[in-house]
Amino acid sequence: MAAPTIDAPAVLNRADLTKRLVAKLARDEAVVAGIGNTNFDLYAAGHRPQNFYMLGSMGLACPIALGVALAQPERGVIALEGDGSILMALGCLATIGMVKPRNLTIVIMDNGIYQITGRQKAATASSADIVAIARGAGIANSHWVRDETHFEELVSRRFDADGPALLAANIDDAPGTAQPVRDPPLIRHRFMRGLGTARRSALDA
Amino acid sequence: MTWADTFLRTLKENDVRLVTYVPDNVLTPLIDGAAADNYFMSIGATREDEAVGTLAGAYMGGLRGVAMMQTSGFALIANALASLIVPYQIPAIIAVSERGTLGEFNIGQVTVARTMRPTLDSIAVTHHTLTDEATMPLIVDKSIKQAFTTQSPVVFIFSPLLTGGNPAAAAKLT
Repeated sequence: MAAPTIDAPAVLNRADLTKRLVAKLARDEAVVAGIGNTNFDLYAAGHRPQNFYMLGSMGLACPIALGVALAQPERGVIALEGDGSILMALGCLATIGMVKPRNLTIVIMDNGIYQITGRQKAATASSADIVAIARGAGIANSHWVRDETHFEELVSRRFDADGPALLAANIDDAPGTAQPVRDPPLIRHRFMRGLGTARRSALDA
Repeated sequence: MTWADTFLRTLKENDVRLVTYVPDNVLTPLIDGAAADNYFMSIGATREDEAVGTLAGAYMGGLRGVAMMQTSGFALIANALASLIVPYQIPAIIAVSERGTLGEFNIGQVTVARTMRPTLDSIAVTHHTLTDEATMPLIVDKSIKQAFTTQSPVVFIFSPLLTGGNPAAAAKLT
């Protein structure tokens, strides 16, 4: 990412940042992770009942997270998304900037490439600045992550207030380290159990 | 009671509170009616797939919703349906105003309209075309109930036979 809104952020690691984030989740926050490496590293950080793993619908992590945030305004909700995915869905930042859900936080893992499809360069590699775009879309509480310590500071807060917020981290090109089972109904059902919204039956015993 | 009043009332009777939409001329009575009613939470989306994604998240969070769009917008949601709504078994309620037929002036709308039902049929998504006020209440109510009990999406296509079509289109044809 060539045009960050801060000076030269450190190159961080997605798996490491994801583990640091998950370690801060103290109130059963919902985490919606976009396709590919973003959700692979969420899974690798240790499955939680409130995790949702996407298997398609590239670009929809933030809209899905917005829906969860609207449905459960008392719960903190976090969207994890890659730079290529958010570039596909920049309009949703305008919607979130307009709706202003106080319980929604977006974390963009920006390595400047479409890593999983063959490392093609994204616009974020040369010209597009996700934080500037988010601020322009009305998400004033948007920040580049300077380093690991700064990230820890930024996620050491309650996620059910002071949103919407967006954090963008300049990351390396390390691939995801584990993959969730590709069983969408199971993922959806377990997520709903984690949110307390699943239909209860003896089959869950 | 107009078709729009009937549809909104049926949403209420089925606890469908979230309305995500991309604006449309024909659906204006639905969109404005929902916005004017505190029962509903109305969210204007920038794209139709975004509206569907928000609906999916809300459902999983315990809030039932409907996404409203016009025919051309429907053409943007094939991936959201095929890789999110259908495989994750999410009972999305989707309302589409039908353009491209019965007096359309824009050939682009005509062509895109031809993709709608084949797309839905190819991924086995239930759809009903609403053509008259007599049968509409039962179709909508029963289909919404079926969607939630069977964890399946349903698409309601609002025919010009019901809505009168796009007033702009009518003006262009005269």
